Amino acid sequence: MAVGKEIRTKIKSIQNTQKITRAMEMVAASKMRRAQDRMSASRPYAQKIRKVIGHLAHAHPEYRHPYLQHKETVKKVGLIVISSDRGLCGGLNTNLFKSTLNAMKEWREKGAEVELCIIGSKAASFFKRLGNIKAQTTHLGDAPSLNDLIGSVKVMLDAFDNSELDRIDVIYNEFVNTMTQSPCVDQLLPVEASEIDEELKHHWDYLYEPEAKEVLTDLLVRFVESQVYQGVVENIACEQAARMVAMKAASDNAGDLIGDLQLVYNKARQAAITQEISEIVAGAAAV
Amino acid sequence: MAMTVHVDIVSAEAEIFSGQATMVHASGVMGDLGIMPRHAPLLTKLKPGEVRVVRSEDEEEFYYVSGGLLEIQPQGVTILADTAIRAKDLDEAAAVQAKERAEQVLKDRQGEIDIAQAERELAEAMAQLQAIQKLRKKLGR
Repeated sequence: MAVGKEIRTKIKSIQNTQKITRAMEMVAASKMRRAQDRMSASRPYAQKIRKVIGHLAHAHPEYRHPYLQHKETVKKVGLIVISSDRGLCGGLNTNLFKSTLNAMKEWREKGAEVELCIIGSKAASFFKRLGNIKAQTTHLGDAPSLNDLIGSVKVMLDAFDNSELDRIDVIYNEFVNTMTQSPCVDQLLPVEASEIDEELKHHWDYLYEPEAKEVLTDLLVRFVESQVYQGVVENIACEQAARMVAMKAASDNAGDLIGDLQLVYNKARQAAITQEISEIVAGAAAV
Repeated sequence: MAMTVHVDIVSAEAEIFSGQATMVHASGVMGDLGIMPRHAPLLTKLKPGEVRVVRSEDEEEFYYVSGGLLEIQPQGVTILADTAIRAKDLDEAAAVQAKERAEQVLKDRQGEIDIAQAERELAEAMAQLQAIQKLRKKLGR
């Protein structure tokens, strides 16, 4: 029967799309699991190093590291923007870019220049025309290693060392839960002191081996790297969660669409059959 | 009961050890360290080498770190390792291979950068091997 051929092809094509989105949903779900594991595995290091830095900020060292010194006027800001490499993950990247643009606008209104360090190819293509890109890393994959990030982070740190930047922020998606991911902006440098511990209020300092300067530089560089790494790992978990949710919605929508089309098709088919019968009956009556 | 100090060993990719210890041995850049409870606050860089955590008189644990930082606070000792591996997970064959490769590069002597990197790799491989041998001696005893 030649009824509703177009409708049937349409249904077929939507079914194929639904198969793909469903597969992507499942892949994202299993990848999210692993990304979450990785996120929680790297968290202790980030916490511990934050704690050490907190202690350090309250010590009374003979040497003040530039990373710990707050400047009165901020003339140039470096933003490290962490995005995903791939699309099809709902509004994840769009929201991130929006808050990045807001941050950039705010700084510009205060009279500060903004320079960008891009991680992830989505941000790279978005900010190509919009900002002054200093460094860029893309295609980190699902299991990024710290080594892949060191290069671009170093570019920013060097700029800070040479007083080309007065402040460095990192922007990434924070993993709240599977359904919610929110863009968040963290200040990296200069390091902000955390809440003071009661025990640490008295006057004290570390013994440093070797020189204070060398140890502190090492520690602070590691701190920045680990914070950026944590951001990247968290962003990947966000990406997979967002993709899972987006693909689930797509599969559901495809199901609805197929249902509607099926109804239209059945109606057309029924009408065709009724028409055929009435034609036959009319023909028989005429004879 | 002997006095103990809380020890945390973490690497960027995972938490390795967390618990009480009576003594911690680590190799700092300025020399080996033996840390007992109530040590003064200290911040030092670590060389590639083994970290030995003495949990009690007859219980010790070995770890291998490829460098990092060590912090001592009254509340505890924190080791921020670049990479830390439990000594028993170390692969001797791989370490020997890495050592030979580094020695080969040193022998050929090409660019400056190559040599610096090879020397570092050699130091790392040697430290890994030493950690393995020490562990083996201990287990054999």
